Parts: sequence; structure tokens; C-alpha cells
Amino acid sequence: MVPISYYIILSGILFGLGVIAFIFKRNIITIFMSIELMLNAVNLAFVAFSREFNQLDGLVFVFFVIVVAAAEAAVGLAIVMVIARNRKSLNVEDVNLLKF
Amino acid sequence: MFILDHLWIIMALPLAGSMLTLLAGRHWPKNLVNLSSVGFPVLAFLSYCELLREFFALPAGSIPWIHSYFTWMTAGPFRVDFALQVDQLTIVMLGVVTFVGMLIHIYSVGYMAHEEGYYRFFAEMNLFMFFMLTLVMAANLVLMFVGWEGVGLCSYLLISFFFTKKSAADAGKKAFITTRIGDFGFTIGILMAFWLFRAIDYKTMFDKVANMPPEGMQHWGVLTTICLLLLAGAVGKSAQLPLYVWLPDAMEGPTPVSALIHAATMVTAGVYMVARMNPLFSRAPVAMLAVAIIGAVTALYAATIGLAQSDIKKVLAYSTISQLGYMFLACGVGAYAAGIFHLMTHAFFKALLFLCAGSVIHAMGGEQDMFKMGGLRKKIPWTYGTMLVATLAISGAPLFAGFFSKDEILFDAYAGPDANIVLYGLGIFAALLTACYMFRLIFLTFHGEPRFDEHHVHVHESPKVMLTPLVILAILSVIGGWLALPTYWGGKDYFKGFLDPVFGGSQQLALQMHPSWQEPPHSLELEMTAIAVTIALIGFLLALYLYIIKPAAAKKLADGTRPIYKLLWNKYYVDELYGAVIIKPLIWLSRNVLWKVIDVGLIDGTVNGLAFLSRGVGGGVRRIQSGNARSYATWVVVGAVAVTVFFVWMVR
Repeated sequence: MVPISYYIILSGILFGLGVIAFIFKRNIITIFMSIELMLNAVNLAFVAFSREFNQLDGLVFVFFVIVVAAAEAAVGLAIVMVIARNRKSLNVEDVNLLKF
Repeated sequence: MFILDHLWIIMALPLAGSMLTLLAGRHWPKNLVNLSSVGFPVLAFLSYCELLREFFALPAGSIPWIHSYFTWMTAGPFRVDFALQVDQLTIVMLGVVTFVGMLIHIYSVGYMAHEEGYYRFFAEMNLFMFFMLTLVMAANLVLMFVGWEGVGLCSYLLISFFFTKKSAADAGKKAFITTRIGDFGFTIGILMAFWLFRAIDYKTMFDKVANMPPEGMQHWGVLTTICLLLLAGAVGKSAQLPLYVWLPDAMEGPTPVSALIHAATMVTAGVYMVARMNPLFSRAPVAMLAVAIIGAVTALYAATIGLAQSDIKKVLAYSTISQLGYMFLACGVGAYAAGIFHLMTHAFFKALLFLCAGSVIHAMGGEQDMFKMGGLRKKIPWTYGTMLVATLAISGAPLFAGFFSKDEILFDAYAGPDANIVLYGLGIFAALLTACYMFRLIFLTFHGEPRFDEHHVHVHESPKVMLTPLVILAILSVIGGWLALPTYWGGKDYFKGFLDPVFGGSQQLALQMHPSWQEPPHSLELEMTAIAVTIALIGFLLALYLYIIKPAAAKKLADGTRPIYKLLWNKYYVDELYGAVIIKPLIWLSRNVLWKVIDVGLIDGTVNGLAFLSRGVGGGVRRIQSGNARSYATWVVVGAVAVTVFFVWMVR
């Protein structure tokens, strides 16, 4: 059996990649994908812990995360569509009107 | 048993009248306002009659009858119930308030007929009745204090009834603030009473105090302190020295207000409170002496001022202060029943005097200066007749109401267990002056030559609705005293016997404290009466001589004693003194310290400084909101890392 630390390390690496991409990427779609990556990294950690401790709570959480992620993807992609139409661009730095 | 079980009805009736008139009266025709605002006090009086019937059917064991409706507030051991109490003292006070109140409401229908704000006047009068009934029916000090402040509020509202007149608005404020000084003492007294007794309702307090030893003259303790603080409240409300200054100014209000609030009921609340607290007071000889001294000195002091006033209502105001002094004197020498009896007769004849004065002012078209009246006797005979009866009553003419009540007070001051010959001297001298200034008022107003332009002023007798209350009160000013017909007159002193359950304990205590005291013989009572009547007669003759037989003599006397006359005319310059000693420094302090330093510097400075600070911080912090989504993302990550590090560090 694979020790739990492997899963956690993998999850941490995936989450870190997601964070780095989230900060440094300029394309909105890519940022979006990095968010998904972070969510799934957390899902992986949940599942690993659930199995390790033989409890169902983590699995239930994962289902919730998947559902919320799906809903978020629907809304987020709609927003991305609108931005793309209005700005003719997917660069996140062009969306900067909402400020002091 | 209906009213006894539902005592609140008596209070609720005037309140209902007040609320109805206040909310809807503006749009009502005058008759409907009359119906509502006079009808409810009449109903209150009728329910009082029913209460009287039920009260006399009660067995003696269930008096005082206490009915608690709900718990008003609790805080630890401190607990105040909304509880009403009926005992003999309450019955007397209720009778005075509801009956005189009802008559004055009826009178007001005629007197206020042409005034602006007719409905407002009646709404406030009804509200006053409600609070006054609360005051006398309350079964604990806190509820009594509610009524106490409520009548103060109504007094303020009604003194400033003509609020567009600056003097009236000022007089209202003066009354409110001056009584507030006394109320401060009263409040502390209530709290100390709770601290001592761990209860605030009369019954528990009196049960507990019954086991306490009386405090001596030299070693006075907490009981005396409580009584002195309560006395401060009474002094403010009942316009005694040194807080009497508001009552003469209160005459700015409409005359029925002066009659109801500033003569018959509210100003007697202080006397009622002292009498109600008699188990406390009678165990605190120092406080008793203070009550007696304040009363006697005020009685004389106010009477001297009354001698030299020209405004008919001001004379009556000083007369009221003086008579209240008598009531305090009575309570101070332990003759509570006599004090309450004088309270009742005074309510009759002083209300009558004020209503008559109102009738005179009405007849003269608003003139209040007695030196611009004269010779009104023939033109307004009913007013003259009733006013003469009231004057005889207050001067102590034999068989009139004031005769019995004042005599009893003076007798107790002279020969009672707590007798004091100096106080008696002050009282009897005040009686002389009382007769003198009251007949001066009568002679100046009704006798002699008219001193006004008869073509200009159309003197007319008042309408029947005003005269009827006058006649009823005049009858009571005569027969009201017979209730307490002393034993040597062949009566049974019914009044004193009736109040005995309330005051008996204090009387027993007074006898214990003065074991050498002997019941004075009846012959002494007769002698005292003879002296009192002679004194009153001298006062009458003095006024007769100065204002009828030789009108020039009055002027000559005034010229001959110019400094004294000026002193009296200017009311001993007390208002000026208070102005210079208290009000001026207070205004200076308010303006130069409280306003310019504390308010502008400290309070405004703090508030403005805070606003300035948050503006500055906001100006700096808003830079963070750059509009760049990636910088937000960075902040989120930085925050998440910080929280994680923090928790990891915490767990370790």
C-alpha cells in the first residue's frame, strides 16, 4: 500500500503549481484552470485522508467540492465569455476598471 | 369589591381621557372635547365614590389594601412591583385629587373657552390627574417617584402653556429645574432606603423600621440621612425654603392650572410624602426638627412677601407657600393628621381662591394688578361672595374650614409632645399676616373706588359653568372643617380617628420618647383658640384700617418704612441672589469651561480627530485596491500562507 505521505506530497505539489500558475499567468482561462488544479489537489488530500482514517467525511467533502467546482466553472466561463466579447482580449490585466 | 380589585381603573380613566383628547382632540368640535376631558375626571370621581363605599366595608385587618399587578423591574434583590395601595391616607388624598380636580376641569370649560390650544390644555390636565393619582396610590417609593416626576412634567407643560410668551416658557423651565434639585435628593433617599431595608414597598419598609430604635438628637445615623434626603425632594416639590422660588413664577400658567396643580394637589405632594413616610420620620428627631423649622420659617417668610405684592395671583402663590409651611410645621411636630387635614381644607379654599381670582381676571379682561381693580363687589357678586368665604376660611375665622385645621396645627406646635414655643410663635405671627394680606387682597380688589377705566373694561360676571364649582367649593370651605370638629367643640375629631391606623404608631412613639408629656387640658385648647382668633382679627383690622378706613395710611406706612417695603416688594431679592450666586457662575462655567474647553476642545476634538484619522488611513489603504486581479490573487495567497503559518506555529 502506498503510504499517505506520498499522496500528501503529490497533493502539495499540485496545489503549489496551481498557486504559482494562479499568480503568474495572464490568460484568464489558464488562471481558471489553475483554480481547478488547486481544487483537485485538495480533493486528492481529502480522499487520501478518508482512506487513511477509514472515515466517510472526506469523501462527502469531495463530492461537495466537485459540485461547487462545476457550478463555479459554469459561472466563471460565462464571465470569461463576456469579458472576451467586450475587451477582445483574454489578458487579465486589461480588466482593471474597478479600482479606487 | 370591583374597584378594590381593579384599582388601576381610577388612574386609567384620566389617562384615557388625556390620550383621546391629545390624539383626536384637534379635529373634534369643542363640545366633544369637553365631553371627553371633563367626562373622564367625573368618571374617576364616581369610581372614587364606589371605592369609598367598598373601602368602608373592608375589615380593618385588610387595610392597607395592597394590590400588585405585575413586577415592573428586578435586579438582584431590588424588585419593584406595579402595586397600588389604599389606606386611610390614600382615601383622603384621592378624595381631594378627584373631587377638586373634577371641579376645576368643569371650571376650565368656561375659563379656557376662548384660548388657543383648548384640547391641548385639557389633555395635559387629564394627564396631570393620572400622574397625581399614581403618586397617591403607589405602594412603593419608586412608583410614587414616577407619579412625582409625572406631575412635575405636567406642571412644566401647563406653566408654559402660553409657550409663545417668553416669561411663561422661562417660568416652566424654572419650575422644572428647581424641583429637580430637590428630586436629586429624593432619588438618593430612595436608593438609601432600599440599601437599608432591602425593600422599597411601604409595607415591608414600615414593618422593618418598626423594630429599629429611634435615632437621637446627637447621634444621627442612616435613618435621619434618608429622611433629610426625602425632605429635600419634598421641599422642592412643595415650594419650601430655599427652593420655593419657582412657585410664584408658575403663576404664568392659566389660572385653573394654578388652582389645581400649584395650590390644591401637586404642591401638597411633599407633605403627603412626609406624612406617608411618618414611621421613618418619627424615628429621626433631627429630620423632624428640620421639617418643622423649614415649615414654620417658610410660613412666616412667604406671608411677609405676600403683604407687598400687587399681582393678585402672586399674592395667592405666596399664600400657598405659607400655608404649605403650616403643613410642614404640623408634620414636623408629629401632628401628621393635622397636617393632612390642613392639606385637605387648604385644597378646598385655596383652589376656590384661585378660581375666584381667575373669575376676577376673566371679568377684568386679563388684568391681574390689584391696584388697577377696586370696587368690583357689586359687579361680580357671586365671585365676591365665594372669595370672601375662602378668605375667611384661610384667615381662620371661627367655624370656617381653615379655622379648625390651622388651630390644630398651632395647638400641636404649642402643646404637642414635640412642641416648640419658637415655632409656635412663628406660626401665630404668620397667621396674623395671613389675615392681613388676604383681606388686603379682598379690599383692593372688591372694595373702594374703581381704579380702572370703566368705559374701557366691561366688567361681567362669569358664566354658570365657572360659578357652580365656586359655590360648591365655598360650601366645602365652610363645612369641610367640621369633619375634624375637636372634642372640646362637642365633635369627635372624626378625621384624626380615621387616620389613626396610619399615624397611630408614630404618635405612640412620640409619647414614648417624651414620657413626661401630659395631655393638655381642654381649657388650654380654648385659650389657644381664643388667641388664634384674636390674632386673625388683628390682622383683619390692620388690613381694614390700611385699605378701607384710611387708604392714605397704607401709602404713608409704605413710605415710612421704605427699605422694608422695598425689600418685601422685591421678595427679599432672593431671585437676584440665586442669580448672582448660582446661576451666573453656572452660566460662566458652562460657557467658558464646558462649552469652549470641554465641548469644543475635548468632545469635538475627539470626534473630528477620529474622523481625520480614519480619512488618512483610508486614503493610504485604498491604494491596495488597484483594479488588477493578479495583485488581488497575490494578496489572497499571501493571506492564506500567513494564516497557515500562524496556525502551524500555534499548534506547535
